[in-house]
Amino acid sequence: MSEIKDVPKGLRVKPINNGTVIDHIAGGQALNVLKILGIYGITDATVSVVMNVESRKLCKKDIVKIEDRELLEEEVNRIALIAPAASINIIRDGKVIEKRTVDLPDEIVGVVRCQNPNCISNTLEPIKSRMLVKTKNPVLLRCIYCEQPLTDRIAEYLI
Amino acid sequence: MFKKRHVLTMREFSREEIDSVLDMAASLEPYARGRKSDMMAGKILALLFFEPSTRTRMSFETAMKRLGGGVINLGPAEGSSISKGESLADTVRVIGGYADALVIRHPKEGSARLASQFSPVPVLNAGDGAGHHPTQTLLDLYTIKKESHLENLSIALVGDLKYGRTVHSLAYALSLFGADITLVSPASLRMPDPIKADLSSKGTRVRETCDLGEVINNVDVLYMTRIQRERFPDPVEYNKVASCYRITPEFMTGAREGLIVMHPLPRVDEIAPSVDGTPHARYFQQSFYGVPVRMALLKMLIGRGA
Ligand SMILES: Nc1ncnc2c1ncn2[C@@H]1O[C@H](COP(=O)(O)OP(=O)(O)OP(=O)(O)O)[C@@H](O)[C@H]1O
Ligand SMILES: [Mg+2]
Ligand SMILES: [Zn+2]
Repeated sequence: MSEIKDVPKGLRVKPINNGTVIDHIAGGQALNVLKILGIYGITDATVSVVMNVESRKLCKKDIVKIEDRELLEEEVNRIALIAPAASINIIRDGKVIEKRTVDLPDEIVGVVRCQNPNCISNTLEPIKSRMLVKTKNPVLLRCIYCEQPLTDRIAEYLI
Repeated sequence: MFKKRHVLTMREFSREEIDSVLDMAASLEPYARGRKSDMMAGKILALLFFEPSTRTRMSFETAMKRLGGGVINLGPAEGSSISKGESLADTVRVIGGYADALVIRHPKEGSARLASQFSPVPVLNAGDGAGHHPTQTLLDLYTIKKESHLENLSIALVGDLKYGRTVHSLAYALSLFGADITLVSPASLRMPDPIKADLSSKGTRVRETCDLGEVINNVDVLYMTRIQRERFPDPVEYNKVASCYRITPEFMTGAREGLIVMHPLPRVDEIAPSVDGTPHARYFQQSFYGVPVRMALLKMLIGRGA
């Protein structure tokens, strides 16, 4: 399991000892995955990003490797919003010790803003956005307040 | 009877729940016509209208008062000051402490659902922006049931089917009764595809046409709506379209004898005043039926034993 065979034509990134590898992210979405994980702006995290490489499962994929951080279940499931096919590999001592697929919960709270500018959830009311997950791949969300669907460009509405 | 705590959208009503509201409305009609009642004695209904409304607000007020209950109202000034400063969540918590139920109309979509999450008492949605207006749909159904028939109904929905929320929720509700629906609108104001797809998926027969003349002789109900001038940048185009969806007594000469004409009102000129005197006109009746239907909802939500 520990051999690194997925990065084509040799290693683009040197192996990590401990951390998380998020594999099979749809090509081009890696930066949105980082955003979901709260990694943007100025950060201390050691992160490598590989974008738009050939893949057997997807035509182009991105890979994100984060050192010294094992993702929590709830973080993993948020990733499913923009990378429903992602696999999460937990690395310890250079080996993949756990491989998880992502799975969206039935409702996501406080993660994605409603795209309807006239929705009550986009005002100063003391509530969090709440989206029902209608389908998981492709992801189709529906605001519980105004019932507006959200499916394309979900990344743009991340809170 | 139904077990609802709030009335927010038509989609939350089953066919059985709709039937129970309509039956209850029928039993309350004498009170809507003035028979004395103390059914709601000691109860208070709060009307929170953050947007102007005449008939919905006044018919709720009439319904409550004729059943012997009291009404408190957000005045226009309070409406605007609250909508500027205090959150809706706080407003409903406060007013919910004064009243037994809240009726809310608010310009934002989803506002009634938010209110229901904070209110200590039942919330009735009287229109949330472009969202829902379920009591309108229930009174439309009641009108059809009383003045025509809900079984094997053939109905034409006419006018602005794109933006008109009343026709969306009426069409949905009619699909629960297996109605045969003809959508009549200008091409630019057609009913949105997802709504049509939803109707067809319920086994409802839906046809679409631009030509009102083609359907007028073959339906039981003509449900007219207003085509708003603002939807057309070109006034010439507006006039052309509007004149195609205007009905007159002459236009109805070949219609079924029992044809009824409905309209959520206010009308502008989509129904000529000379239609008012024909046996087809039912729009004023329809607006009166708002009273027994709203009585029924109040009784089911906050009446004794509710
Ligand atoms: N120590 C490591 N450092 C950095 N990346 C690693 C390390 N170990 C594995 N990976 C990467 O993690 C991903 C999963 O590794 P694995 O060995 O399970 O590959 P795989 O058999 O191709 O898995 P899959 O079936 O999910 O594609 C690959 O992209 C691999 O390059
Ligand atoms: Mg692989
Ligand atoms: Zn919304």
